[in-house]
Amino acid sequence: MFHLSRKDQVKLAIFALVVVTMPIWLAPLGAAYPGLMQKFAIYAIFAIGFNILFGLTGYLSFGHAAFLGVGSYTAVWSFKLLSMDILPALLFAVLVAGLFALVIGFFSLRRTGIYFSILTLAFAQMCYSLAYSVLTPITNGETGLLLARDDPRVIDAALGAGTVGGAGLPSPALLGNSVTGYFGFYICAALLILTFYISQKIFASPFGLALRGIKSNQTRMIYTGFNIRPYMLAAFVISGMFAGLAGGLLAVTDPIAGAERMRWTESGNIVLMTILGGVGTLIGPVIGAWVIKYFENIFSAINKNMLNATFDFLPDGMQNIAVTVLSKFVGEGWHLTLGLLFVLIVVFLPGGLVEGYLKLVARLRRGRGTKPEAGGK
Amino acid sequence: MSVTSEKNIVLHAADVIKNFGGLRALSDIDLQIEEGKTHAIIGPNGAGKSTLLNVIIGRIAPTSGAVVFDGTVLTGKAPHEINQLGISRVFQTPEIFADLSVLHNVMAPAFARRDGAFRLNMFRATAREAAIRDEAESLLNDFGMWDRRDDHSGALSRGDKRRLELCMCLIQHPRLLLLDEPTAGMSRHDTNTTIELLKKIKLRGMTKVIIEHDMHVVFSLADKISVLAQGRIIASGLPQDIKEDPRVQEAYLGGAAE
Repeated sequence: MFHLSRKDQVKLAIFALVVVTMPIWLAPLGAAYPGLMQKFAIYAIFAIGFNILFGLTGYLSFGHAAFLGVGSYTAVWSFKLLSMDILPALLFAVLVAGLFALVIGFFSLRRTGIYFSILTLAFAQMCYSLAYSVLTPITNGETGLLLARDDPRVIDAALGAGTVGGAGLPSPALLGNSVTGYFGFYICAALLILTFYISQKIFASPFGLALRGIKSNQTRMIYTGFNIRPYMLAAFVISGMFAGLAGGLLAVTDPIAGAERMRWTESGNIVLMTILGGVGTLIGPVIGAWVIKYFENIFSAINKNMLNATFDFLPDGMQNIAVTVLSKFVGEGWHLTLGLLFVLIVVFLPGGLVEGYLKLVARLRRGRGTKPEAGGK
Repeated sequence: MSVTSEKNIVLHAADVIKNFGGLRALSDIDLQIEEGKTHAIIGPNGAGKSTLLNVIIGRIAPTSGAVVFDGTVLTGKAPHEINQLGISRVFQTPEIFADLSVLHNVMAPAFARRDGAFRLNMFRATAREAAIRDEAESLLNDFGMWDRRDDHSGALSRGDKRRLELCMCLIQHPRLLLLDEPTAGMSRHDTNTTIELLKKIKLRGMTKVIIEHDMHVVFSLADKISVLAQGRIIASGLPQDIKEDPRVQEAYLGGAAE
């Protein structure tokens, strides 16, 4: 059951090492603070889950943010009603998101292609509207769901355990240890490695083979005796559960849940992450998630003064030109840079950054002069 | 399942009619397939051969009539259920998993036999399914494709894709194998190899229905031939009778017989 091929074992080991050493290698990139690294890990989990649906079966969901949001709300409610411990919060986040995925998937999977995408988008927008206005008593609408001092927390009360956090609002804890800073990051990191391992297992299993068969040739699958409906639904639910876990972790690291997490732009983001990194590859979605989160948080923080300082060595006129041009692409303009990057990748590397890397390796191995074969399709 | 048992009917298409709008594609088809035999269906283009095959595998619902397979009525069943009953099909244009390796192409249908209805075996390793892997490899070996087992199957030649599709059907040990022009697009050499392979399958006692244009293939393999013209079966019988039947010669063979 825990068996992995030698190649996958090596991949898993390298992956775990890279994730655990994030605080070291992200330092020179200016991103080695816990809050951001937590986001790196959480969105990588989200992307890995999304890839199990999109990468293996080829069904493009445009509504996965709904499951992220459901996970967050569930976790915060678990904090409010049950306990500040993160274990029940994450467990319920995964289960409730899976339940939502079961219902949404059941209806959406009656259609394929663009109609499936539109259905998932419609369901996600419904969830967003419900969270934003209709279900205000449950979601606290625009303000977002917050913890309060006088929440019941029945398990904590029954155990008579004092909550961590002293006089202020209680903070999430793992078996009594407050989940903040680096501890929070390492919890997310551990779950990311676990998620990656599960994804490896699925890719290498007969179940994963069936999903890839569905992507490759539905006609053959059906006339080969596969009932594809339950396979698709299972993939959809698993991927929704991963999104729920990511949403739960967002609430664990920052115990607030807002409707904006369910907005369609969030669903779009996860599609971008997966495509940018490499659809259907194990590591691609993780890299895509990291690149986009890095851009969102670091690139967007660069301002004119920093650019001026960087181009100080140029003569005045040149410096002005360089700063004026580049400033359009950083700070508020980071979307522009990301957009350009995305266009370049989709046009020249349809297999994403992973394909780019594989091409590079192939070229280096074969030496110059011979063109490597295109990977993927 | 013995080959020698007398006239054991595996598949019976009874009074099948299929209309497409105002067009009658099949009329009053009565077709009986004997166990262990190779039954060829021949006829000119547009005679309704593919339609008949599609009715049998559940791709097309007949307007009236029924298809009975081994005591089970197939009409109204989903294609994957019909496959699970033991009917596999080779398509006119090979339907393979172009994104998967050759070996995985053959393993997937073997899993279908076991997991087709649904099994969430996401923590098992495909590589550890030794029995299925061995069977797939030995089948690929029989078909001369073993050394290409790790290749991307989308890159195979058309002839190889056909052979691969045949492997994908055979690994399911179907009780009835439907072949829609299995040698179309193959070179003469590949065609002869395929004929030999199909003869081998016949020795194993597998029942086959074969639709074919190539008379060389038909007369090499068929135990029985039915001739379809304008949606009707105009003749049915042993190969030598069919060859000599004047109605058949008029309707189909004409001067074109090889």
